Amino acid sequence: MSKTMLEVRELTTKYITRFHEDVYAVDHVSLKIEEGKSLGIAGESGCGKSTLALSLMGYYFPPLHYTSGDIIIDGKNISGMKPDDVRKNVLGTEIAYIPQAAMNALNPTRKIRKFIEDVVLAHEPKRDKKEIYEMAKARFDELGLPVEALDKHAVELSGGMKQRVVIAISTILKPKVLIADEPSSALDVTSQKMVIKMLREMMEKGLIRAMIFITHELPLLYNVTDDIMVMYAGQIVERGTAKQMVFDPIHPYSHGLMHSILVPEEGTRDNKLTAIPGTPPNLKHPPQGCRFADRCKYATPACRVNAQPMVEFEDGRTYRCSLSVEHLREVYKSEE
Amino acid sequence: MKNDASTTVNMQEHRLDVKNRPMCLSGKGVTKYFGFGKKLTKAVDHVDFEFHEGELVSIVGESGSGKTTLSKMLLGLINTTDGEIYFQGQKRDISTRHKKKEYWKGIQAIFQDPFSSFNTFNRIDTVLLDCINMRGGKHLSKDKKFEMMTEACSFVNLKFAELTNKYPFELSGGQMQRLMIARIFLLKPKILLADEPTSMIDACSRATILDMLLNLRNETGMTIIFITHDIGLAYYISDSIYIMEHGKFVESGSADEVILHPKAAYTRRLISDVPKIHEAWDLSTV
Repeated sequence: MSKTMLEVRELTTKYITRFHEDVYAVDHVSLKIEEGKSLGIAGESGCGKSTLALSLMGYYFPPLHYTSGDIIIDGKNISGMKPDDVRKNVLGTEIAYIPQAAMNALNPTRKIRKFIEDVVLAHEPKRDKKEIYEMAKARFDELGLPVEALDKHAVELSGGMKQRVVIAISTILKPKVLIADEPSSALDVTSQKMVIKMLREMMEKGLIRAMIFITHELPLLYNVTDDIMVMYAGQIVERGTAKQMVFDPIHPYSHGLMHSILVPEEGTRDNKLTAIPGTPPNLKHPPQGCRFADRCKYATPACRVNAQPMVEFEDGRTYRCSLSVEHLREVYKSEE
Repeated sequence: MKNDASTTVNMQEHRLDVKNRPMCLSGKGVTKYFGFGKKLTKAVDHVDFEFHEGELVSIVGESGSGKTTLSKMLLGLINTTDGEIYFQGQKRDISTRHKKKEYWKGIQAIFQDPFSSFNTFNRIDTVLLDCINMRGGKHLSKDKKFEMMTEACSFVNLKFAELTNKYPFELSGGQMQRLMIARIFLLKPKILLADEPTSMIDACSRATILDMLLNLRNETGMTIIFITHDIGLAYYISDSIYIMEHGKFVESGSADEVILHPKAAYTRRLISDVPKIHEAWDLSTV
């Protein structure tokens, strides 16, 4: 069995609002990623995907607060560390993050090489600048990025290029885990493909050893990651391999999500497209029972009262629903 | 406010044979240049198109291909540099303010960002009342107007009674986009130009918006021009597709023709770049 790169146990983080109402955006999330694997996180907007990403990095700034749980990166527990310590010892070397708005993440008045110097010097203050430049050149070469880009300003680069440069900068110190938060949602299909190709190559070359990929675009997730995890209202509702999740989703929410996929392929034109009615619950006052019960077609009165734990039902597959797997599969089959 | 009914879109019921229908909007050599001299940008370069009555057309292209410029010209928001646009068989004339207003009774739009589509200072009843007035309903009694607004709201699963005293920013994105469709329901234009109406909405509630647009088309027989970069969505809903590259239409035809048997190299590349479910995604081609 390969080595576990990232393990999260029962992580709970909250936002404290001005009126002292706590919003538990990440609620008892547990996950495990092995070396060389990638995990995709899918879900609606506002379900806590991005908060989970920030929480995993240990990057807690108000109003986000750490409550409980463990984050273990390659054997090192980083939960409960101070944000400044996290920035010095964890970010960049252990775990790196590509933000959602990576296109706007670069200061337009500085050259690309300056950003790389910043990252390296923050961790190794005595490093020679020339040496860093050589290192950056080698890395850009390895990733297939033009070396001239190092001496350019951010405005001189195209959108897809900027995104790839941001990825190169954030992984310059070979972090163990990379968290990519919607890295391609603002890009064209062609630039998106280039970004994905680069991420794949980085995994193959061992520049990063595990990846978490967050997006709401399901066909992309299916093609990029090994495993997919579906989040709903701060909780994980199902996890399985990409293939299992797309072709055989069990939880009613994942089922709804996977049936909203539209791809330009023969035969898909006659499929039915179903919407999940309603809106996600307000996390200030989460429902007592299953959080999806209000929108679920198959909910029973018991669902609204009893909260469900995550249950493992097949090799490595887990889900959170009171209905049995066989029952759900039968219901889905009869609906088609 | 909840949309309680679960919506299912079954496209098989909505497919129409539109080729024999009369022309609704067409263009010959429509062109828009920005700048001049060395900085001349050919945003839209001599495009020809024919949209039939009741047709659902998609214009697909990457960012910067001229989709938005073309849609602005169709709406009459900017002038054309060259070429003619024909509306219902006649040459479009929007030379005066009055004529432009007349034209806008026939063509309306839904934009991508529902948050910035409304005037923040107008309450929702004002928004809808304006639509009734625009369709010549100024003289109607208050009760009749109220009834029409309620009907429009119930068409999009909103409750008018709860909305009357609200401002648009008090609604969620999905509700705003539905309100936008309620406007179209009242205006009943001949053509609806939808500029990425579902891109800011979650995939699982996308079906609701699409279902409403399709019902609206069945009811009023209007033409819907769908501008999008989501090829999967375009393939799913459209009767015909126009593919745009650098201000030109490189390919057009029925959805099946364009997506399953593309002729232009650009279309082939575009389709191969979209991640798929049943076919392998070839990463080596970039």
